[in-house]
Amino acid sequence: MILWLIPILPIIGAAINGLLGRKFSNRTVAAIGLFFPGLAMVYTWWIAAQFFPNPHTIVQTFYDLTWIKAGAFSVQYGFQLDQLSMLMALIVTGVGFLIHVYSVGYMAHEGGYYRFFSYLNLFMFFMLTLVLADNYLLMFVGWEGVGLASYLLIGFFFLRDSASAAGKKAFIVNRIGDFGFLIALFLMIQHFGTLNFAQVFDKVNGLPAETAGAGLLTAIGLLLLLGATGKSAQIPLYVWLPDAMEGPTPVSALIHAATMVTAGVYMISRSNAVFNHAPIAMGAVAIIGCATAFFAATIGLVQHDIKRVLAYSTVSQLGYMVMACGVAAYSAGMFHLMTHAFFKALLFLGAGSVIHALGGEQDMRKMGGLRKYIPVTFWTMTAATLAISGFPGFSGFFSKDEILYRAYLHGSWGWILWLVGLITAFLTAFYMFRLWFLTFFGEYRGDQGHDQHAGREEHHGHAPHESPKVMLIPLVILGILSVAGGWIGIPKVMGGSNHFEHYLAPIFEQHAATSAQAAEAEPTAEPSGPPELLFSVAATLTAFAGIGLAWLFYYKRRDLPEKLAAGLHGAYVTLENKYFVDEFYGAAVVKPIVLGSTYLLWKGIDVGIIDRTLNDSADAARDVSRGFRHMQSGNIRSYAGWVAAGAAAVVVFMIWRGAR
Amino acid sequence: MNTAVIHPFILSLVTFVPLGGGLLLLAFPRRDRDIKVFALVVSILTFILSLHLPVHFVPGQAGFQFEVNAQWITSPNIHYHMGVDGFSMWLVLLTTFLTPLCVMMSWRSVHGPVKEFFILLLILESAMIGVFVSLDLFLFYFFWEATLIPMALLIGVYGHERRIYAAVKFFLYTMIASVFMLAGILWLYAHTGSFDFTVIQHAIQSGSLQLGSASKWLFLGFFIAFAVKVPMFPFHTWLPDAHVEAPTAGSVLLAGVMLKMGTYGMLRFNLGLFPEEAHRNAPWIVALAIIGIIFGALVAMVQPNMKKLIAYSSVSHLGFVVLGIFSFTTAGIVGAEFVMLAHGVSTGALFTLAGMLYDRRHTYEISEFGGLATSMPVYSTFFLVTTLASIGLPLLNGFVGEFLVLSGAFRANHIYGILGATGVIWSACYMLWMYQRVFYGTFRNNANRALVDVNARERATLWPLVAAALIMGVAPLIWTRAIEPAAQAFVSNDNTAAHMLPGTPATRSRAAQASLELHESQVSGQ
Repeated sequence: MILWLIPILPIIGAAINGLLGRKFSNRTVAAIGLFFPGLAMVYTWWIAAQFFPNPHTIVQTFYDLTWIKAGAFSVQYGFQLDQLSMLMALIVTGVGFLIHVYSVGYMAHEGGYYRFFSYLNLFMFFMLTLVLADNYLLMFVGWEGVGLASYLLIGFFFLRDSASAAGKKAFIVNRIGDFGFLIALFLMIQHFGTLNFAQVFDKVNGLPAETAGAGLLTAIGLLLLLGATGKSAQIPLYVWLPDAMEGPTPVSALIHAATMVTAGVYMISRSNAVFNHAPIAMGAVAIIGCATAFFAATIGLVQHDIKRVLAYSTVSQLGYMVMACGVAAYSAGMFHLMTHAFFKALLFLGAGSVIHALGGEQDMRKMGGLRKYIPVTFWTMTAATLAISGFPGFSGFFSKDEILYRAYLHGSWGWILWLVGLITAFLTAFYMFRLWFLTFFGEYRGDQGHDQHAGREEHHGHAPHESPKVMLIPLVILGILSVAGGWIGIPKVMGGSNHFEHYLAPIFEQHAATSAQAAEAEPTAEPSGPPELLFSVAATLTAFAGIGLAWLFYYKRRDLPEKLAAGLHGAYVTLENKYFVDEFYGAAVVKPIVLGSTYLLWKGIDVGIIDRTLNDSADAARDVSRGFRHMQSGNIRSYAGWVAAGAAAVVVFMIWRGAR
Repeated sequence: MNTAVIHPFILSLVTFVPLGGGLLLLAFPRRDRDIKVFALVVSILTFILSLHLPVHFVPGQAGFQFEVNAQWITSPNIHYHMGVDGFSMWLVLLTTFLTPLCVMMSWRSVHGPVKEFFILLLILESAMIGVFVSLDLFLFYFFWEATLIPMALLIGVYGHERRIYAAVKFFLYTMIASVFMLAGILWLYAHTGSFDFTVIQHAIQSGSLQLGSASKWLFLGFFIAFAVKVPMFPFHTWLPDAHVEAPTAGSVLLAGVMLKMGTYGMLRFNLGLFPEEAHRNAPWIVALAIIGIIFGALVAMVQPNMKKLIAYSSVSHLGFVVLGIFSFTTAGIVGAEFVMLAHGVSTGALFTLAGMLYDRRHTYEISEFGGLATSMPVYSTFFLVTTLASIGLPLLNGFVGEFLVLSGAFRANHIYGILGATGVIWSACYMLWMYQRVFYGTFRNNANRALVDVNARERATLWPLVAAALIMGVAPLIWTRAIEPAAQAFVSNDNTAAHMLPGTPATRSRAAQASLELHESQVSGQ
């Protein structure tokens, strides 16, 4: 097997479509755009077929090529296949390919078809590089590269100022996170002399756990966390993700739900050796994840744009995954990453199908009753909604359950994480079923008569209609996965055997073991708390409560939400405006920098002081010279006078010398 | 054919073929097309000749290669001494690579006498190459000043509205600063009887030349000349003016090559001759470099003029170079050289692109544009790739250098690396904001609606730059292989100098020595 072939295949598609696609027909563009990621997917399966019978770490380099070298430090184009990257590669190529297929239908009426598929393929290249790299720097290549693809695809409809602004915002906010990532890399280079995963983790495992106080590993962990908060949209850098919904909906599904945004979770899981040795950094990870999960869920309660609800939901679910990492439940985090990839991709694609059906409408206040018009979309989205809400038996139920349970077991304050997580689960069930009821039940509230909607991505102005098959097939496949995807991780207490955790155990336990020896044993091994089943019951009841409340508010008594909003006006406005965080960042960060740069640095210091001093001294020099110029008057008598004066000076000087 | 035969001549050939071409052009009749074609042929020939250098360069070999050393003038003792190491060789290649592209981009945009324009361009090329290959201080100074005249004329004759002001400012500022270097060169000659770089370096290292208290002034003399050229904050204000007024080819060579004469000089002379002083002065120099990185980027962000924006971004990028050099680490110095090359390519490309826009709209005001992605899709794509190269996207050229510089700076002192690394955020801000305003959105100005996309000649100008940016990003080893031994020579050279230099505080040199050893042991991984 040749690992580097997996990322290389999609970039061939990107190059062909990017360079020549303008002249191709849409059909040709789609064929090329699907062929290469499809081939990558099939090839990944072929590799998986050889890998699963005998899972072990495989490291390969691209023709032994070194990328960067300086002194003793060097980085190769090295790729690594192990349980973790195998899993990620399967998710990325699988979900990615389905979304490519969906896009063939969804983007059929948009301009720049070739551009879209070229960017999408480019994304696949970078994402697969990210997950298959065997060192941090190559991972960073993918890390930055997916940011680029995200920038290009968010701003795909670049005629809209909001789209290009959102793309730019995503890139810059991510760069703030990348700054942290870079500094972490510098620390590793300085102290370990390498960025290679195996070597770094070896060195880390040779160090004592930093239980007493913060040290090197804590610093590296916190800096990596900063990087993860950018890419995985956590507090305080989550602000770009909701705006990223400006991109075409398949992009939201692929990049801003299923794959790219999980890169931070993957990176933290990959670095589990570092985090296991740095309890303070771990704590920060747990708290950030938990806070983000709750915070974003509250915003999601009151959004009207169907994609925005899903965006905040994504932020919230990513919070769960990050929290899982923070309590050393990495495999639970990865489990949720996988199930989330299925059901959230499906939710976005379903939302895209809804938007497609309504000719570009995204406001849920103008939807309703759609289950009659678009049954396939309705049923698949129902499966995904049940999955994300944690309905028993659906995929999200098992993964979320696992995270909450493990959070509870984590140290003395784990129950706080668990409680907040449980409340978040309630909110999740509520806002997701709010979306479900508003979209699919009641009466259709959109205006059917008009031919032109003021919507986006817009083409149809007729009655809602079901999407073409090419869009529905991915929905159905993802629907099946949303239901059954969690069954590989059913815990023992429910009669399962949790294959998933066993599969990933070699990645996470080798480091946990060493750190557990060094530190006092974390209560991660065999739990001594309340029985696991009790937690499942609590989670299930919570989900039912959320669903029930949504049913009451948005099906049974539709007048209640408005009354409640009126009653809690202040809270409602705060939520509707997303806690005014964007406004705060604008006023506290962006504006001072722009104004300060303009008036203080540029017009003040640069032009006003530095250049003025320079020009003034030049003027002064010129004025002085002008004085001397008068000596050269062309007047013979004045020359004679100067000669006499000079001679006198010489004589005086000689007398003075002689007198000494 | 035994190519080794031409080793002793190759540097002279590369240096003087453009000049010869320029002189031949003097005799040409004023048929613009012939002149352009001839200038193109000469510059491409020079490029091909210069390819001999990397092909036959021996990366592991210490010292200078392709050396030629002959007595030129006996009294004063001036030698015709040329040679290249990894640093200077790639800068020569950068020069010979950019010049043909400059000829091509000037095909239709010379506003003034065409013949003289190309003569000046070729003379300028010779002078710049001469700067990089000279190993005799007199020769170096000769070429150094010789670059000023054609560049000042290119700006002053072929520039835009305020060209005279900009040309005079550029000429006087950099020349006055160079006088300090001249004083230093003369002092060294007076004390060694030689202008030869290797002789002087050996004299200083072996202790036969005692610099004593003069070393501080020598260091500063050279440093000021180079700092103005780079330009480092706060000596940078000539640069935006010069760029805005210069014709496109002038801007490309100015930013692409001439600024690097300053950073090259710092490497060769400030570090090569006065390592002790370099260490002593590093803190404030690094401080200025970091201020340059951040200040240049922030001021670039709010520029309404595209060329000024790129000019200030150069201040920021060159700050990285100086930061890397004065980190005294292998990574930092290799990275600094790589940033020089990468910046030459990507900023050269940015100025080329800006010039193409100027040819069409006769303005650089960002607010005049908007929506160009619709009317000029191919151009927009070239601009995008160049933008990404400039902001240091991995797998493009900007990243490698910045990464190495910052990791080296971080190792020297954490705060250097942390402050410098904020540059990755700022560069994204100013470049992407400009890109958004110029290319995205709908047409705000009807003049942009009818703009024609890049033609075949323009594409032929841009492709080599973009390809170079990609290759440098993917396979930087092609370049760094030759650079690294030269950089390590500096790091270890300064190591021995700390031993050998008498008359310096022993504690300081021991501390420098200790920190160096610490660094190296950390590299090798404890």
